Amino acid sequence: MKQARKTSLSLVFLAALLAAALSVVYLSRGGPADQAAAASVLHRGLLTDPESVDPHKARSVQAGEVLRDIGEGLLSYSATGELVAGTADEWSVTDDGLTHTFHIREGARWSNGDPVTAQHFVFSFRRLVDPVTAAFYSQLLGDIANAQEIVSGELGTENLGVEAVNDRTLVITLVRPTPYLLSLLTLPSTFPVHPGAIAEHGDAFTRAGNLLSNGAYKLDVWEPGSFLALSRNEHYWNNAATAIDEVRHHVVTQEMTELNRYRAGELHITGSVPPDSFAQVREEYPEELHVAPYLGVYYYGFNLTKPPFKDNPQLREALSMAVDREVLVTSITGRGEAAAFSWVPPGVDNYEPRRFNYADQSQSERNAHARRLLQEAGYGADNPLQIELRYNTSDTQQRIALAVQSMWREVLGVETTLVNEEFQVLLSNMREREITQVFRSSWVGDYNDAHTFLSIMEGGNASNMPGYADEEFDSLMRRAAEQVDPGRRRLFLEEAERVLLAGHPVIPLYFYVGKHLVSSEVVGWGDNVLDYHYSQHLSLALSDATP
Amino acid sequence: MLRYALLRLLGAIPTLLLVIVLAFLMVHAAPGGPFDDERVLPPETRAALEAAYSLDEPLHQQFLAYLSRLAHGDLGPSYRYRDHTVGELIGSAFPVSLKLGAMAMLLAVGIGVTAGSLAALRRNTALDRAVMAMAMTGISIPVFVIAPLLVLFLAVKLQWLPAGWSGNEGPGRFVLPVIALALPQIAYIARLTRASMIDVLASDFVRTARAQGLSTLAIVRYHALKPAMLPVLSYMGPAIAAILTGSVVVEEIFGIPGLGQFFVRGALNRDYTLVLGIVIFYAALVVLLNLVVDLLYGLIDPRIRRR
Repeated sequence: MKQARKTSLSLVFLAALLAAALSVVYLSRGGPADQAAAASVLHRGLLTDPESVDPHKARSVQAGEVLRDIGEGLLSYSATGELVAGTADEWSVTDDGLTHTFHIREGARWSNGDPVTAQHFVFSFRRLVDPVTAAFYSQLLGDIANAQEIVSGELGTENLGVEAVNDRTLVITLVRPTPYLLSLLTLPSTFPVHPGAIAEHGDAFTRAGNLLSNGAYKLDVWEPGSFLALSRNEHYWNNAATAIDEVRHHVVTQEMTELNRYRAGELHITGSVPPDSFAQVREEYPEELHVAPYLGVYYYGFNLTKPPFKDNPQLREALSMAVDREVLVTSITGRGEAAAFSWVPPGVDNYEPRRFNYADQSQSERNAHARRLLQEAGYGADNPLQIELRYNTSDTQQRIALAVQSMWREVLGVETTLVNEEFQVLLSNMREREITQVFRSSWVGDYNDAHTFLSIMEGGNASNMPGYADEEFDSLMRRAAEQVDPGRRRLFLEEAERVLLAGHPVIPLYFYVGKHLVSSEVVGWGDNVLDYHYSQHLSLALSDATP
Repeated sequence: MLRYALLRLLGAIPTLLLVIVLAFLMVHAAPGGPFDDERVLPPETRAALEAAYSLDEPLHQQFLAYLSRLAHGDLGPSYRYRDHTVGELIGSAFPVSLKLGAMAMLLAVGIGVTAGSLAALRRNTALDRAVMAMAMTGISIPVFVIAPLLVLFLAVKLQWLPAGWSGNEGPGRFVLPVIALALPQIAYIARLTRASMIDVLASDFVRTARAQGLSTLAIVRYHALKPAMLPVLSYMGPAIAAILTGSVVVEEIFGIPGLGQFFVRGALNRDYTLVLGIVIFYAALVVLLNLVVDLLYGLIDPRIRRR
């Protein structure tokens, strides 16, 4: 008995040693495993998993990236960012701007071959505003008749101002002219979902295999934290024009890892470029690096509900003027960002951003002016200003904060305490407006219209972090919303921005850029302000060196 | 032994309960919530979301509901991965972490024990000093330095091995993460084995065996290896813990969809149920592994079994 155990133990040990030896042998084996992929597989980097592939439950930029491959709204965008026909091939609007009619194209099909109908859109829009769905973007279609009442639970979803006149004709009734409605109808939240699939599978309708898509691709596999594999939707109306057969969105949460994978030839397109390696990447891949203006603003906000910034626009203006944005974008961020002197980024359709009065001054003129303003606000050598700046923990945020801190100290003699917090903590502090003074935040436009930037500054808007509430601004926004004529509407919006800038609730620091590495094999890539890159617009030049 | 194992498992229940209570309170005490974003949700939307996930109920009710679901083996839905349940996420992530950890452990034990024994047998020779120097280096360099260096040389420069995880189906994708994870453990185990082997080789029964004319190999194989393994075995518990925590870093660097990565992301996203689920899972795992190590200990050393 004892001998038997001894032998078996020895055997176990020998087996362990053998296994270890085998793994050593295996380790010394060279060569990337299994790299032989078909020529038409596109490998893209994705910085996080989508929350969901249910278009109504998704929210992040990354979810949008995937959803634009597997779904399609009534309208869509071209590779260079022009609004084009999507599932609808024709549309019209009445003169009062309140009634839109869409014609669903004959060839529109789900991935199981079912036709996409106007009724599916009615079902989907109702589902979006239904409180039971708990959609992040439930208020996106807030201008559709009765949408607000449905979201807040006062009315049933059947009252939504969306009607299927027949299988192919969809009529949307608005409460106010909403010129950006068409761009809203390109967003994943307005993509249709298949009512039959939801009836059959319930919440599990989003599973690969269950999910029916009306876009160029369908979802085959989703391994959370790893990748999403898509393949061609044979029933897609524009399938003949789709070049790439399979798309893999690889989840790579670290920008550095993503860059290494690109360098190793494992990705065709990266979701970003790490800030620390940007200069190096620009030298390494001058042709493959794509940097383009993007609809996003990085800003410092003031808490307008507490001293010292409450009712003190001079003080806010002084701090705003003393920040040398050129230094920030050239020496600190350095990825091609543009210094921000307006709230709405340049490049927005049918809009010319207003700029701060001081935008055309030199920095030394601004500094001199800022010092005067600070004195007028009651601060100086005998009454030095001490403030707190909160930002979320990250190298880039910290470097910017340090730079701004030193600018404020040198120009104004203001002492700034830097407080870095985990992102969720910062968000909750910003929202509560109890302990914040100056805080870092950002805003990325949801659609290509100035409204997506200006509207968050309306009194009571949930994303209005500074707590800005200005009668004149709000009334200009309301008047803009009533305009049918785009030219007149634009004037009201621009005037609203002028009022906003004069109030200095925020210091816009810089405008974001979209930054990607795009392999030279990828054909059809277009830079655009929305940073949308549909896989269906791309193709791969034949090459042996595919990842 | 079965009775002992069962008693130990029963004794673990209060420990686990305590872990659950503490973890539940801690995740809920952290500022911010799972649905917070710079794009702040309108109050109606927020209310609808909180109602959908029962986050609008008082904390003690949420806790009781959680416990009752847990008792049925349901870890609840993930708040961040809205298409997945926590059970599914752990179910898909754990095998990956397990494979990674097991391979790293195997490699560490295999190489560590061999190198340590060799060093002990050739004590004070160049071989011994080389092994110990390498071990010292392995212990001193942290994983987050080793891993990117490995990637840089073996994947980016030489292109022998894949740099990332997804899309590389072959076993090649395990190589770099396993090495990164195993290196510090190899070093530690080699040092332990060497020290313990030197002790054992100096003991009376080994001298007796030598006097009987047994070869060195036979002495090590039949007499010295087993007693020399005891310290290594008792190090297994901490080693497994180190590999579990080390895998958090390695999984981040290589983009591996293992438990570690979900744990980190879950904590950052305030994905309450995911974090809780993984904590409970880890706690249960550690309790179980400790038990296994203790049982193995008894198997190797009869003196312990009799006590």
